[in-house]
Amino acid sequence: MNLEQSELDYLTSRLGRIPRPAELHIVAAEWSEHCSYKSSKKHLRILPTDGPLVISEKGYDSGVLDVGGGYVVTAHIESHNHPSAVEPYGGAATGVGGVIRDILSAGTRPIAILDGLRFGNPRTDPRALWLFKNAVSGIADYGNCLGIPTVGGELEFDDSYAGYAMVDVAAIGFGKRDRLVRNHAEPGDVVVLLGGPTGRDGIGGSQFASDSLETEDRSAVQIPDPFIEKLLVEAVLEARSAGAIHAMKDLGGGGLSCAVSETADALGVGITINTDAVHAREDGMSVEEIMTSESQERMLVITDSVRGLQAIREICSKFGVSHSVIGAVKRDGMMRVTSGGRRAGGGEDIAAEMPAEVVANARLLDLPHQRPAYLDGIEDASCAPHAQGGGGAADYTDIIHRLMTSPNIASRSWVYSQYDHEVGIRTVVRPGADASVLRLDNGRYLAISMDGNPKHCYVNPRQGAIGCFEEACRNVVCTGAAPIGMLDHLQFGDPTDPGVFWTFVESVRGIADFAREMGIPCVGGKVSLYNETPSGPIKPTPVIAVLGLISGDDSDGGGSGGKRADNSAMQRMRAKPADGDHIIVVGSTKDEMGGSEYYEYIRGVVGGRCPAVSAAESRRNSGAILDITRRAGLSHMVHDCSKGGLAAAVSEVCLGVGLGCDVDIAGVPRAHDAGAAASGAAASGAAGAPARTMPDDVTLFSESHSRYVVLVPDGSLREVEDLLARSGAAHARIGRAARGAPRGRIIFRSGGRTVADLSVDKTRREWSGVLGGMVHGA
Amino acid sequence: MRLVKVGIVVFPGSNCDRDMHHVLRDVFGFDVQYVWHTKPIPAGTDAVVLPGGFSYGDRLRAGAIAAHSPVMSDVRRLASKGTPVLGVCNGFQVLTESGILPGALLVNESLGFMCQWTDLVVENASTPFTSMLRAGQRIPIPIANGEGRYYADEDTVRDLWRGGRVVFRYADGPVNGSVGGIAGICNDDGNVVGMMPHPERAAEYETNPADCGPARMIFESLAGCASAQQISHAGYIGGGERGEARS
Repeated sequence: MNLEQSELDYLTSRLGRIPRPAELHIVAAEWSEHCSYKSSKKHLRILPTDGPLVISEKGYDSGVLDVGGGYVVTAHIESHNHPSAVEPYGGAATGVGGVIRDILSAGTRPIAILDGLRFGNPRTDPRALWLFKNAVSGIADYGNCLGIPTVGGELEFDDSYAGYAMVDVAAIGFGKRDRLVRNHAEPGDVVVLLGGPTGRDGIGGSQFASDSLETEDRSAVQIPDPFIEKLLVEAVLEARSAGAIHAMKDLGGGGLSCAVSETADALGVGITINTDAVHAREDGMSVEEIMTSESQERMLVITDSVRGLQAIREICSKFGVSHSVIGAVKRDGMMRVTSGGRRAGGGEDIAAEMPAEVVANARLLDLPHQRPAYLDGIEDASCAPHAQGGGGAADYTDIIHRLMTSPNIASRSWVYSQYDHEVGIRTVVRPGADASVLRLDNGRYLAISMDGNPKHCYVNPRQGAIGCFEEACRNVVCTGAAPIGMLDHLQFGDPTDPGVFWTFVESVRGIADFAREMGIPCVGGKVSLYNETPSGPIKPTPVIAVLGLISGDDSDGGGSGGKRADNSAMQRMRAKPADGDHIIVVGSTKDEMGGSEYYEYIRGVVGGRCPAVSAAESRRNSGAILDITRRAGLSHMVHDCSKGGLAAAVSEVCLGVGLGCDVDIAGVPRAHDAGAAASGAAASGAAGAPARTMPDDVTLFSESHSRYVVLVPDGSLREVEDLLARSGAAHARIGRAARGAPRGRIIFRSGGRTVADLSVDKTRREWSGVLGGMVHGA
Repeated sequence: MRLVKVGIVVFPGSNCDRDMHHVLRDVFGFDVQYVWHTKPIPAGTDAVVLPGGFSYGDRLRAGAIAAHSPVMSDVRRLASKGTPVLGVCNGFQVLTESGILPGALLVNESLGFMCQWTDLVVENASTPFTSMLRAGQRIPIPIANGEGRYYADEDTVRDLWRGGRVVFRYADGPVNGSVGGIAGICNDDGNVVGMMPHPERAAEYETNPADCGPARMIFESLAGCASAQQISHAGYIGGGERGEARS
């Protein structure tokens, strides 16, 4: 139990008496950082949550967006970092299970999973590969068994996660708007617990996740059972369709303590439960254990005591889902927990009796925050231009090859080929692209991307966080989708360290400002603190997921699922780069090398100017890209330019389809004053600054935001260039795919001189094999 | 008029049942019903599909528990009467576990789950699910399984080839270690077909824009033969090669 003395005093004064032992356990679980957001809530309030498509309802565990035609999309994100660091298979699997139930609790069917994975540097951290391999297996086994496709995500290795694991899971749901569960409860309604039996696993999990990982407390890690989860999903959706669910909540962190108190508080009712009624995995569990167990695959459902309960009993019996009626809804706003009274002649003992409002609302903290000293001068760091090769003719062949085959940039196919990413037959753009795209039953398409960048965030927490957000937007825009909502997952170290907490506050402020600027509502989020390794806090790790919507043909909108024609959105998504395509870069490149893969992985430099987003430039460039992608045939591909810079972006396009290219970086639009660009003053117009003053390695590897690589067939070149010129977006034609290049080579030139020359086949083979080789070779 | 009645068997934990339902009903216009594993298959059902995915969480072995579900006695009865039965992925595993088809599906040679696209080659174009394809035709199609490596003893495999009972093989080698690259087989009479790849994932333009034509023919074949009232005890093995393997 982790109640602070001040919290204990507060509880005592609110109750007007000394708390009972079980009450302390319940409150300690619910007031943990994990459940209560007591450190972060004050700052999260600045995130904009309203938007034209947002549907708000009390008690939802996921965000709900109206996507038209009577349908909604739900979305949520969670992490399971602490459990995964101790037991990666079970931790990652139950991370999937938890977020799936958040989607389910709104009454929608889960249709996709994305996962963001981060581990230590495999070259120096002996646990990194073990954690990586088993976390991937855990996600695969759980998601595959449920039949929910894992359609995307990200993977990163960084020294700051040494011995640790970051497992973020986002889930997407889909359903009819009129079937959303409208959380409500009447006195006399019954409280039913559905799903797996309650056991002694995961006890105190929420507190375990709210502290540094000093002891490997395996009993605090939950045990996954995807088969029970699958049955639970089907039973709950059938009960929903039968109108048998008045209110519903997932049992996650804090177990019954959290679910009961938060449900009662959100609905403004009281709930009395008897722990003896809970179906348990073992005998003799104490009230405290039952109330704080985080056994998985459980849902709390409120229904009426006659027709609804009868329907739930029948549905549970059909699916073989265990259930127990554990309590009833009262008028009095109290959370009451009793035990006993089921044996003949025995009376009920009251183990807890507290106002739900008190339990569900920890006293919020106002933690001090102060700019950490490590940031002093960090953005001034730099390193001399690379000059290998002698005679001033630097050669970047080896560096680009090393970047493309580095664990952070190499192909992720080893990971996603273990995930069933097609079940559900909605996946029209598969993992490996900028964003994954799912078809919806209303003729539209949903694009999703999830992005983080702790290297940038470490150098500049505010700009880094905005950058993650803008990168996720860019990825979605590459598919032709306009962003409609975002999820934020804020992961930091110990918040009682003012320096760490400052990085959190700066990140939230940056995200909130950009969300407001772009009109993208935050529809869900999660905070994970106390992510500490033996060598200190993790780098600030905000992860942002962005959802975007694509309409099919206008004539096709709202059509039924089956026989959709060859609409323009599909024509665009099926297009592939072809021999002779022109390569156009959109957006200006700035000297922003801070936190770049080139600086850290190749040159071993931490620091330098962090890429900064200009909202005006972001809007201008993404608007131009959407104009291009919405016209069928104009482009063969749009690819986001991020990790590894322009060199990596162009190489990825080539490796993805096995084409060579010949590009000259001399014409790349550049802006020299990154600060001015960030304020929107520079970087307008197509010309950009003179090229010769920017070193080639900056042009090749800077990770400036708002940039795209576009492949344009000869026939539509003029139209695309006219469109770009009208938009005001900086852009330049830098070369062509394959044609003109010696066969099967990726060639970069600078003012005619060759600065890199890679073999497509060899690089592609190695690029595809890196991750598998790392795991199997270890 | 091809409103053929197809039953999709649903076991606890089945997860490609809804995908199959969508393709059969919305894309090909069949009259489709789910059949919960404890219920009888309705009279008048023209064809039965055992969908892919998982069943019972694939505990013990993929398909092992489902093979003992009550509905399997109906499946067995209809199979022996000549009703077309298609088992996809987990459905194929259920058919081998229940002995309706020979052999077994073992853990992939990679020891892991594999989700990827591959090409099949049609070996037998006379089953109710392949009659509109040509022998030798390629079908781009995805696999998604952890236990997809077809295995049978040498005699059985020889009999399968000789009897024309290998329906599909992997075009570019045995992707998961299947013996002889076998991806799909049928029973003696040819009316029961089991295959590891997922035709329901390859039969629409949106999910398979490159070439959904061949996979569509698997469903068109069923529509064609069923509407033409070809379903009978006569079997579907073409040519004169069928005798050898039959008892």
